Amino acid sequence: MLSCKEASRLISQSLDRQLTVRERLSLRFHLLLCDMCTTFRRQLSLIRVAVRRYKTQIENNESIRLSEDAKLRISNSIKID
Amino acid sequence: MSEQHAWLTEHGDYLYRFALARLRDPHQAEDVVQETLLAAIQNQSFEGKSAPRTWLTGILKHKIIDLMRKQVREQPMEDIGEDLPDEPGMDEFFSGDKRHWDEAPQKWDVPENDLEQKQFFITLQACMDRLPKKLASLFMLREVQEEDNEEICKALDITATNAWVMLYRARMSLRKCMELNWLS
Repeated sequence: MLSCKEASRLISQSLDRQLTVRERLSLRFHLLLCDMCTTFRRQLSLIRVAVRRYKTQIENNESIRLSEDAKLRISNSIKID
Repeated sequence: MSEQHAWLTEHGDYLYRFALARLRDPHQAEDVVQETLLAAIQNQSFEGKSAPRTWLTGILKHKIIDLMRKQVREQPMEDIGEDLPDEPGMDEFFSGDKRHWDEAPQKWDVPENDLEQKQFFITLQACMDRLPKKLASLFMLREVQEEDNEEICKALDITATNAWVMLYRARMSLRKCMELNWLS
C-alpha cells in the first residue's frame, strides 16, 4: 500500500505525465481508502483550473493596455532608419 | 504607417496582456513585448501563413521561455537544493512516520461569485509570488503557459525527474498557502 507521501507525488505527477498501469492501480486503490489524498487531488485540480481561468481573464481584459510611455518607447525602438 | 507599427497598434495591447498573465510584472511584460516586435522586424519571416497575431504570439512565447531560462540560471547556488530528487525539507508535510499527512488537506472551491473570485485570484497571485523564483518559473511555464514537460526540461536544462519534483514542491506550497490565506 502506498504511503500518503508517495500517493501525493503520484497525484502531482499525473498532471505532468502518463502514469504506468501499476502506478495508476496502486494510486486508485490508495484513493479509495484515503480521504485526505482525495482532497489533495481535488486541491491540485482546482489550482490548475484557477490558474488557467485567471490567465484567460487577464488576456481578455481589454482595459489592460500598454501604457502610453511604453508604446512610445517601443515605437521608437522599432523605427527603421 | 509601416507594417511594423501596425503590429504595435493592433496587437501591442494583446501581446502585453498575454505577457502580463504569465510574468505578472508590468515592466518585464513591456520589455518582452518590445523584444518580440524587434525580433519580428529583424526576422521578417512573416509569410502570411498565419494571422500576424498568432505569429507574434508564437515569438512572444519563446521570448518568455528565454527570460525564464535566464532567471533560472541566475538563481543563487543555495537554491540548487530545490531540484535534488530526494527533496530534503519536503517532510514538512509528512513528519513522524512520514506515511500520513501531518494536517489533513482541507476542502475548498474556486468561488463563482465575481467579488469572491476576485479576492481568490488576488490570494492565488500572492501565493505564486511567494514561491522560490525557480519553482515559480517552472510552475508558470507548466501551468500558465501550458508547455509540455519535454519542452520545459530542454529550455531550463533540467531532467524530467527534477521537473516533477519541483512541480510537486510548487503545488504543495501553493495549496498550503491557499489553505492558510484563502480559507481562514
